Amino acid sequence: MSEAKRKFWAFAIVAVLVLVSAGTYLYHEYYLYLSVYLWFGVVYGMCLQYGRFCFSSAFRDLFAVGVPRMAVGIMIAIALFGLVGAFVSATGLSTFHSAPTSLHAVIAGFIFGVGMCFAGGCASGSMYKTGEGNMNAAIVILSISITQAIFVDVGGWTNSLVPEAWKASAAAKGLPASITVSDGWVDQYLAGYIWDQPVLSFASMLGWTDHSVAGAFVGNFLLGVVLPGALLLVVVYLFWSRRAFMRKRLPAGTRAAGWRDELAGYGAMIVASKRTAIAGLALGIAAGLHMYAIQGLRVKYGVKNAGTLLERLGFDFGLSVNGTVFDPGYWYVTTQEAQWVGWVMHKLGWNQMDNIFFGFNNGIPNPLINPADWMSISLFGGAAIMALLHNEFKFKKPTLETAVWAIIGGALMGIGSRLGLGCNVGAFFVRVSQGDPSGWLFGLGMVGGAYIGVKFFNWWTERRMAREFAAS
Amino acid sequence: MKFEKRSDGQYLLDVKGYVCPHPQLYTKKALGRLQAGEVLEVQFDNPSSGESIATMCDNTGDEILDRKQEAGLFVWQIRKI
Repeated sequence: MSEAKRKFWAFAIVAVLVLVSAGTYLYHEYYLYLSVYLWFGVVYGMCLQYGRFCFSSAFRDLFAVGVPRMAVGIMIAIALFGLVGAFVSATGLSTFHSAPTSLHAVIAGFIFGVGMCFAGGCASGSMYKTGEGNMNAAIVILSISITQAIFVDVGGWTNSLVPEAWKASAAAKGLPASITVSDGWVDQYLAGYIWDQPVLSFASMLGWTDHSVAGAFVGNFLLGVVLPGALLLVVVYLFWSRRAFMRKRLPAGTRAAGWRDELAGYGAMIVASKRTAIAGLALGIAAGLHMYAIQGLRVKYGVKNAGTLLERLGFDFGLSVNGTVFDPGYWYVTTQEAQWVGWVMHKLGWNQMDNIFFGFNNGIPNPLINPADWMSISLFGGAAIMALLHNEFKFKKPTLETAVWAIIGGALMGIGSRLGLGCNVGAFFVRVSQGDPSGWLFGLGMVGGAYIGVKFFNWWTERRMAREFAAS
Repeated sequence: MKFEKRSDGQYLLDVKGYVCPHPQLYTKKALGRLQAGEVLEVQFDNPSSGESIATMCDNTGDEILDRKQEAGLFVWQIRKI
């Protein structure tokens, strides 16, 4: 594709998004709410593509090829998002709520971590790669979406796997009659186990509220993000970066490494990949501002959830029994993808409104007026814009081998997402940044899963390479 | 995936169509089989793999002699040190 054509398509995408925003706003000002999601989605897509920002790479490439650049980039993004998030929290405008904390986050993260290795990218990574024209990544997204929509509603024989304590606890929650809480493994997992777990933050564990200055800056940011993040990067430096740096800085036999050398090495690791570091900075700041913008609009329109706006606009299909729709107020990925498929399945006759995930919490509004869907669709667009402008857009068809990995990996990520109440973005990036300890637990699981995934692919690629090398 | 010897000291690794972690893993394994001074041409079309391969070479000392990029296709020449 010529440069002129690439530029044309990049600007065409921008023009379509501007038209959507302007046209819907002129129709009714409430669509501004959806447009905020849309434009932050564009920013996320551009940042992810520019920095090749993939959470899978952060863990996997450490074990697979000893490359720490993405682990560093993600820590930068988390720190920046944490800092902006602390400002937003201290002003009382944060949209974030901690998730229940227990061992489930580690298990969910582990399943997700294996899945993202198989799929070749995390949930957000697969989205930006789809925007680059990679149809393999599109299969991953489809697999995540379908798996989630089926998993949250599956009942039948899986009910027999539910522990009695969960059944009793779920039944005691007094959920509306439209939610068949006794039929569905995930329903009973959520109402019978997850909802009974403690909801924590580093601030609350120290006796502060999340909205206090001390809680937001000292508890959640300094102790919950900066300290563990810096320590983790020390580990990454010692195991994966130090040796190469010292080999260049201190040729054999010159002198022993001192503190200045170590600090220089640590700093060099941080700025080693400028693209990743810049993307991390931009992502972190954008994710924080996103919360601020959405909460500002909620105050302006006097609502707590976009479901109320949709109802005022005359859309009542697909709202949850509580009148809500999925409206996180910040960057999120997997839930709205599940909603696409959930909506289609419901329209085809599979009742998706009798489970907790869709019927009680998130709803299944038409994808055309689903706020978080506007963010996901525009994330594809933002990634495509950046790929086109940098001559990196290429339509790639999957092979049978890569399609199989994509389907398996996507399915594991879908299951991990629902068990962990989010993916690498919602369950790890956002929670860690906002001082929720369950985010670190999910991350711990992802590291374990990535390690197992790399072990498998090491074996697989070694086998194939040995065969090719012997034949060459 | 295709790996072949083109001539003495010249090898080709074609990992077009693969996503992470395959291109960087195959590159690592191919370089591991080459002798010092031999050159590997890597063809890939997964942009993020380029970042990982570049950092991997920086860490190992292997030298990237040439990087070509056209319409999403990357062709790199790497000399094993």
